[in-house]
Amino acid sequence: MEDLINIAISTLAGTVRVSTPLILCAMAGLFSERSGIIDISLEGKMLAAAFVAAGVAYVTGSAWVGLGGGILIAVGLSLLHGFACITHNGNHVVSGVAINILVSGLTVVLGVVWFHQGGQTPTLPQEARFLPIHFPLAETLSEIPVIGPFYAKVISGHNLLVYLAFALVAVTSWVVYKTRFGLRLRAVGENPNAVDTAGISVTFLRYRAVMICGILTGIAGTYLSVAQNASFVREMSAGQGYIALAAMIFGKWRPVPAMLACLMFGFLDAVSIRLQGVVLPGIGEVPVQFIQALPYILTVVLLAGFIGKAIAPKAIGVPYVKER
Amino acid sequence: MSTKVKKPLPVWADVALIPLINILLALFVAGLIVLAIGEDPFEALEILILGAFGYEESLGYTLYYTTNFIFTGLAVAVAFHASLFNIGGEGQAYIGGLGVGLILLALDGILPFWMLLPLAIMAAALFGTAWVAVPAYLQAYRGSHIVITTIMFNFIAYFLMNYLLVDVIKAPAQMSPESRVFADNAHMPFMHEILGWFGIETAATPLNGSLFWAVVCCIFVWIFIWRTRWGYMLRTVGQNESAAQYAGIDSRKIVMVALGISGALAGFVGMNEVMGVHHKVLLNFVAGYGFTGIAVSLMGRNHPVGIVLASLLFGILYQGGAELAFEIPAFSREFVVAIQGLIILFCGALTYMCKPWIEGLFYMLQSDPKPAEKEA
Repeated sequence: MEDLINIAISTLAGTVRVSTPLILCAMAGLFSERSGIIDISLEGKMLAAAFVAAGVAYVTGSAWVGLGGGILIAVGLSLLHGFACITHNGNHVVSGVAINILVSGLTVVLGVVWFHQGGQTPTLPQEARFLPIHFPLAETLSEIPVIGPFYAKVISGHNLLVYLAFALVAVTSWVVYKTRFGLRLRAVGENPNAVDTAGISVTFLRYRAVMICGILTGIAGTYLSVAQNASFVREMSAGQGYIALAAMIFGKWRPVPAMLACLMFGFLDAVSIRLQGVVLPGIGEVPVQFIQALPYILTVVLLAGFIGKAIAPKAIGVPYVKER
Repeated sequence: MSTKVKKPLPVWADVALIPLINILLALFVAGLIVLAIGEDPFEALEILILGAFGYEESLGYTLYYTTNFIFTGLAVAVAFHASLFNIGGEGQAYIGGLGVGLILLALDGILPFWMLLPLAIMAAALFGTAWVAVPAYLQAYRGSHIVITTIMFNFIAYFLMNYLLVDVIKAPAQMSPESRVFADNAHMPFMHEILGWFGIETAATPLNGSLFWAVVCCIFVWIFIWRTRWGYMLRTVGQNESAAQYAGIDSRKIVMVALGISGALAGFVGMNEVMGVHHKVLLNFVAGYGFTGIAVSLMGRNHPVGIVLASLLFGILYQGGAELAFEIPAFSREFVVAIQGLIILFCGALTYMCKPWIEGLFYMLQSDPKPAEKEA
C-alpha cells in the first residue's frame, strides 16, 4: 500500500513536469489558431527557444536572461510565420513546416559551431537554472500519510515555470473569454470580414495573436533546456509541440479542456515508463509503444468524431484579402 | 496597392523566373548562415558541388538520394493537385518499407527475383496507401483536417515500427532491432551491378534499380494528372471543390484516390531503402525523406519535370552536404536540413513575395519604349 501510494505520487509529480511544456504550447497554439492562423510550428519555435535560452543562460549565467532570449527568438519566428501567412497570404501549413525544418537544422549547425559539443550546449550551473521551489511546511507535513507527500511532491517542489504555466491557463481563459481583445480574437478567427467591417485591423489583431503565441512557446522552450534539463540537446522538443497541438484540438480550442488534455497526455507519458513489462490482468503485457502512441491515436479518434466533434475556428487557414 | 491594372506576367516568368528567384533567395540566406559560422560560402559551394559530382562514387550517391526525393516529391505533388497537404509521407514511406520487408521475409527463399519484384512494388504501394487510408477517409467523409491526422499517423507509424522491430520481426540471434537480411534473390540489383552486366565498370554505391521505377512513376503521374479523366477531376476538385461538385464530380471519392496514390508513391521510398540498399527492415530508414518531399514538390511546382530537377538539387545538397561536413568540421550534416527549411519557406510560404516587384519591373520595361502611348 505504502509503495503504491509512493508510485502514484511520483507518477503524478512526473505528470505535472511533463505536462508543463505541453500546456504552454497548447495555450500558444490556442491564441494563434483562435485568430485564424494555423500553427504547426509550435515544435520548431519551442526547439529554437530551448536552444537560445540554454545558450544565453550559459553565457550570461542568468536563467532570466535565458528566458528573455528564448522568448525573443520564438517571437521572431512567430513574426516570420505572420509575415508569410498574414502579410503575404502564404500557406500556413507550409510556413509552419518550413520553420520546423529550418530550426531543426539550424540549432544543430549553430550549436556545433558555437559550443563544440556535437550540438549540445554546455551543462548549466545550478544558479543559471530555474530550480524547484519548496513550499512552506512541505517537510513538516510530509509525515501525514497521502496528503503530506502529495503536497510535498505534486503541489510543491516544482520550478517557477511550472506554476507559471498553470497560471497562464487561467490568464488565457480570462483573456479569451472576458476581455475585449479576446472577443475580437475569437471573432477574427470565425469571421474576419465582420471584424474588418467593425473598423478593427485584421492584420494587427492576427499579428498580436501570433506574438502571444511566440511568447508562450518561448517560455515552453526555456522550460525544456533551463528548468527541466540543464542543457540543450539536439531535437530535445521530440514531438512535444505536435502533442500540444493534438491536446489543443482535443480540448476543442478551449483553454481549460486543452490543459486537461495536456495533463492526460502527460500522464500517459509518465505512466508508460512505469508500465514497461508490467502484465495487466486480462489484457496481458501492454507494449510500451502503444501507450506512447496513445495521445496520437486518441486525437485521431477524436477528429473522427467519435468523442464529440472538434470544430476548428471557421476562418482558420484562410488568408484574409480585403475587398477593394 | 495601386489602382492601375497590371498586365499578368508572361507564363515563363511565372513558371521559371519566380521559382528561380525564390531559390536564389533561399541560397542567399544559406550563404549568410555560412558567413555567420565563419566560413567562406563560395568555398563551401565548391566543396559541395565537388562532393556531389567530383569523384567516382559521388554521382551514384547523389542519384540514390534523388530516387527517394522523386518518390516523396511526387507523393506530395499528387495530393497538392487536389489541394490536399499530405504531410505524412514520412509515415507512409516507413510503413511502405514494412510491407516490402514482410513480403520479402516471407517469400525470399521461395520465389525468383522476377516474381518478387512486382510483389514488392505492390506491397510498398499497398502499405503506403493503407497508412494514408484512415486520414484520407476522415478528411473525405468526416471533415477532419488531413494535415493534423497525417502528422498523428507519422508518430503512430514510428511507435508501431518500433514495437514491431523490437518485439516481433527482430531476428532472434542479434541485439539490434533489425530483421534478418533477405536472401540474395530478393535484393534489388545495384546500379553498378546492372551496368556491370553491360560491361561498364563503376564504383559501388547505394544507387539501385529503384531509380528506373522512379522514372516510371514520374511518367505515370504526368499521364494521370494531365491526360486522364481522373486527373482532370482531381485538378478540378483542387481548384474549386464546389464547382467540381456542381459538375457532378464526387469530390470525396477524388480525395480518397488522390491521397491513396500519394501514399503509394511515398511507400516506394521503402522499396528503395529496404529492398535496394539495406536488404533488411530496420529503424528510421526514412530519415526525413518524407518531409524533404514537401520542399521538392514546392520547388518543382508540382510537375514531374520540376520534381525531377528539384530532386536532383536535393540529391546534390544531401550528398555534397555530407562531403562538406566531412571536409570542414564546422559544418554538420544538418546544414542541409536548414537549407531545406529555407527553400520551403521561400518557395512555399513566401512564393509570391517578390511577385509585385517583378510585375512592376515588367510593367516598367514594357511601358518604357512608348510612354506617350500609355499617357494617351
